[in-house]
Amino acid sequence: MSATGIGASIPRQEDHRFITGKGRYVDDINRPGQAYAFFLRSPHAHANINSIDIKAAESAPGVVAVYTGDDIAADKVGGLICGWLIHSKDGSPMNAGPHPVLAQGKVRYVGDHVAVVIAETLAQARDASEKIEVDYEVLPAVVDLASAQSGAQIHDVAPNNVVYDWHLGDKAAVDKAFASAKHVTKLELVNNRLVPNPMEPRAAVGEYEEGTDSLVLYTTSQNPHVARLVLSAFIGLAPEHKFRVIAPDVGGGFGSKIFIYAEETICVWAARKIRRPVKWNCDRTEAFLCDAHGRDHVTHAELATDADGKITALRASTKANLGAYLSTFASSVPTYLYAPLLSGQYNIPAIYAEVKALYTNTAPVDAYRGAGRPEATFVIERIVEIASRELGMDPAEFRRKNFVTTFPHQTPVIMCYDAGDYDASLKKAQEIHDTAGFAKRKAQSESQGKLRGLGYSAYIEACGIAPSAAVGSLGAGVGLWESAEVRVNPIGTVEILTGSHSHGQGHETTFAQLVSGRLGIPIDNVSIVHGDTDKVQMGMGTYGSRSGAVGMSAIFKALEKVEAKAKKVAAHVLEASEGDIEFKEGKFTVKGTDKSADWGTIALQAYVAHKFNGQELEPGLKESAFWDPTNFTFPAGVHICELEVDPATGSTTIERWTAVDDFGNLINPMIVEGQVHGGIAQGVGQALLEAAIYNDEGQLITASFMDYCMPRAHDLPSYAVGMTTTPCPSNPLGIKGCGEAGAIASPPAVINALTNAVGHENLQMPATPERVWKAAQGARLRQAAE
Amino acid sequence: MYAFTHHSASSVSDAVSTLGANEDAKFLAGGQTLLPTMKQRLAAPPHLIDLGKVKELRGIDVQGDKLVIKAMSRHYDVATSDAVKNFQPGLAELAGLIGDPAVRHRGTIGGSIANNDPAADYPAACLALGATIVTNKRKLAAEDFFTGLFSTALEDNEIVTAVEFPKADKFKYMKFRNPASRYAMVGVAVAKTGGTVRVAVTGAGSDGVFRWKAAEEKLAQNFEKGALEGLSIDPNTLNGDIHGSREYRAHLIGVMAKRAVAGA
Repeated sequence: MSATGIGASIPRQEDHRFITGKGRYVDDINRPGQAYAFFLRSPHAHANINSIDIKAAESAPGVVAVYTGDDIAADKVGGLICGWLIHSKDGSPMNAGPHPVLAQGKVRYVGDHVAVVIAETLAQARDASEKIEVDYEVLPAVVDLASAQSGAQIHDVAPNNVVYDWHLGDKAAVDKAFASAKHVTKLELVNNRLVPNPMEPRAAVGEYEEGTDSLVLYTTSQNPHVARLVLSAFIGLAPEHKFRVIAPDVGGGFGSKIFIYAEETICVWAARKIRRPVKWNCDRTEAFLCDAHGRDHVTHAELATDADGKITALRASTKANLGAYLSTFASSVPTYLYAPLLSGQYNIPAIYAEVKALYTNTAPVDAYRGAGRPEATFVIERIVEIASRELGMDPAEFRRKNFVTTFPHQTPVIMCYDAGDYDASLKKAQEIHDTAGFAKRKAQSESQGKLRGLGYSAYIEACGIAPSAAVGSLGAGVGLWESAEVRVNPIGTVEILTGSHSHGQGHETTFAQLVSGRLGIPIDNVSIVHGDTDKVQMGMGTYGSRSGAVGMSAIFKALEKVEAKAKKVAAHVLEASEGDIEFKEGKFTVKGTDKSADWGTIALQAYVAHKFNGQELEPGLKESAFWDPTNFTFPAGVHICELEVDPATGSTTIERWTAVDDFGNLINPMIVEGQVHGGIAQGVGQALLEAAIYNDEGQLITASFMDYCMPRAHDLPSYAVGMTTTPCPSNPLGIKGCGEAGAIASPPAVINALTNAVGHENLQMPATPERVWKAAQGARLRQAAE
Repeated sequence: MYAFTHHSASSVSDAVSTLGANEDAKFLAGGQTLLPTMKQRLAAPPHLIDLGKVKELRGIDVQGDKLVIKAMSRHYDVATSDAVKNFQPGLAELAGLIGDPAVRHRGTIGGSIANNDPAADYPAACLALGATIVTNKRKLAAEDFFTGLFSTALEDNEIVTAVEFPKADKFKYMKFRNPASRYAMVGVAVAKTGGTVRVAVTGAGSDGVFRWKAAEEKLAQNFEKGALEGLSIDPNTLNGDIHGSREYRAHLIGVMAKRAVAGA
């Protein structure tokens, strides 16, 4: 391992820039002559629009233009798309209602886009928006999953508000297994709706370059090429070669910045109409109302076990809330990103899942850190825990007894696990955590009037998204490979152009480590270029813990090509045959001689082309590669949460947290650990604190941090993080991905610990103090009754 | 935020006369409630009279047998003041529990009590300690000052200039935070002076801060947490919301009161 190569915990190269305020985010970008957009949003969850009067707004001070859905229709601006086609059980395609960027006669959630005002200043735009008169005919709102199917119809194409009624697995085999089960464990659970809340809200600057008749969009995107593809090919704003999308520094995304939204679309569309740049900056309230939310499932699950405590079957029936419109990847989240993970780390012979996705008059719901996999993990890790308790078995032993132990392992729900050692993670987690000492710690807590609980979560996820042909066969509208280009400059410095996008992950460090180690050059001589469709060839962006496993594999492949080419150049320079050239630690040598040339010399020679015939060997040193993964990757591990409950108030304090993860090979262990920390914080937020709550009229009543509780430092413990390693066989670097694991693993660990502490299972997320207090009351009453 | 005119007051009398001269003007103390409300366009005073430079509204000191905290004292000032810590340490602790560091460095005691947010912390201390609210016109007992949700006895052209706290033998404030906002979901202040006990509850009452007289009577007989055993409060007099039902708040009042007595 070189000092800055793979495996080195070097500090993040980008941090100095961010910490000193020198980052360049979309809001830092101001274009000459720019005007400001403000969106008039629906105050109603569900209403017909009878009329919109914009006259007074148009003549308000500073107003440049006011546009409504009529202007969008007149310009034939396409609607927002959902890029994954799901088919229902009966074979029919999903019922996808139109998703216009400005309302066409109807609004479907509070915050829906009614009109845009563009003015010289933001304050003028906002003032003018208050002069727009909209005549609404308010309709009954459909808010919760339980009543959505009997509520007012939201989209003409979707009777009973059903988007699709989908299933996966062998129902007959599952029914048969249940019929002969020794024990059946049942579970009702809610996977609470979350608001992503990245630190930087969304923002956009749209610009029209009249001379070249082309568009530029600066946007807070996790995948600028995909944004350009959609805005170009589907929404029809301009062809791709006349359209540049730039996602500069982006301050967090967690999935919410994958999607193509109305505001960004309108900024770039309107820029051409008014012949001026148009800027929009989302405020925090708008982010709460309109960023795609996450989760929001209600599930009934059952687990069948035999007389030996072996799991024989699992079935799960889920209702998923997709909100008022289908967001970009919404349909895939509660289907192919969810049900295929229901097997967890266990050898379950038969699994059947059915998912009914429903429209409601709430913000669209789409991928949020983990996307489907946290929902699956919550189902399997809760029901396995409860089963072990019902069977009187130790929860760890019950898991161990049912672990998958041989690889590859084909589950009954699509996935083929390629490598892992689940028992190793469990063992190591128990050691680090000192689970043996739990009884003593519990007694100590009880002596102080506190309840103490311990909960496991043995999670698995499918990352490194994804083999293109495989996802294509499941309905994806795109391939999920990644691209890379390695540009060696004449003096030997290297630019890596990647289709991945960093918005907090630290790619400028980890990707540079790969190059520094491979080429034996100082890490300072490597720069990572991303987020600009004019610089970087087509790429697929960052989500699904894919940038390491897929994005870096593409770089690896391009580096191999560069090395092969450099060896050819070196053969000419060193006057040896190509087969005798060896490359190691930045030096080319001729086998069996003392002849050598350093990296910089060969790079320069590649460009001056003095030592070889340019007709036989092309000058230059630059290669590109596309990597299409052969399988998903399967990070897995065991998290243990230990907490204390004050039964008098229901307050929960997390006392210990152990995470042992198998991410395959690690590029930068410090960054990996940071990803684990952040993920756990988000998972603890979901388990204890966060909930997006709509009232019966469809108003989001948790639309600010006064009511939506984000985790704070004092809500979280110090984590003990350990690793086990089974290299991933499906990519050349053996890495699996780590970005979502913490958020996937942690919610069931918290709830398993809490239910262990209070002594019964009826406790939903977020486990607020009141819910925990009630659960603790119930436990005491039950014990008294016994 | 809508546009408004900013006035910087140089003295209390300047502030009051500027208020009188401008319709719908508002005083700006720490701005920790008013400014976010204005940013959301939920309030739109055309004039703000900034009290930040009024020197006579600054300062904390002990005058005879009472602690005088001038209205523009920031929560941070109260939390870290040696005078407060020596006179009534529980009051400094209370100030240190308000909001977060940013709020504590801007928010003021005068602004807090004049706003009388039903979940604010200071009103409970004022009631429990029997504080006197000093204005530019008169002195009011805390009892008479707080008149309901976000309402006080302040008249037009009247401004809080200071709060005077008599010394209590024992005082403790126990707060159960709303986990999101950090306001009190329930806050109970207990003060004992001689044979008199006062218990004030914030965060829970449907009509704002209130005294829990049944608890006061029990504690006057026996100042032990056990004295509150079996005592309950009618949930129907309380607020319920997504963070805590009325029943839960009623229960928390009992728990926080007992803990305040134990810690006093």
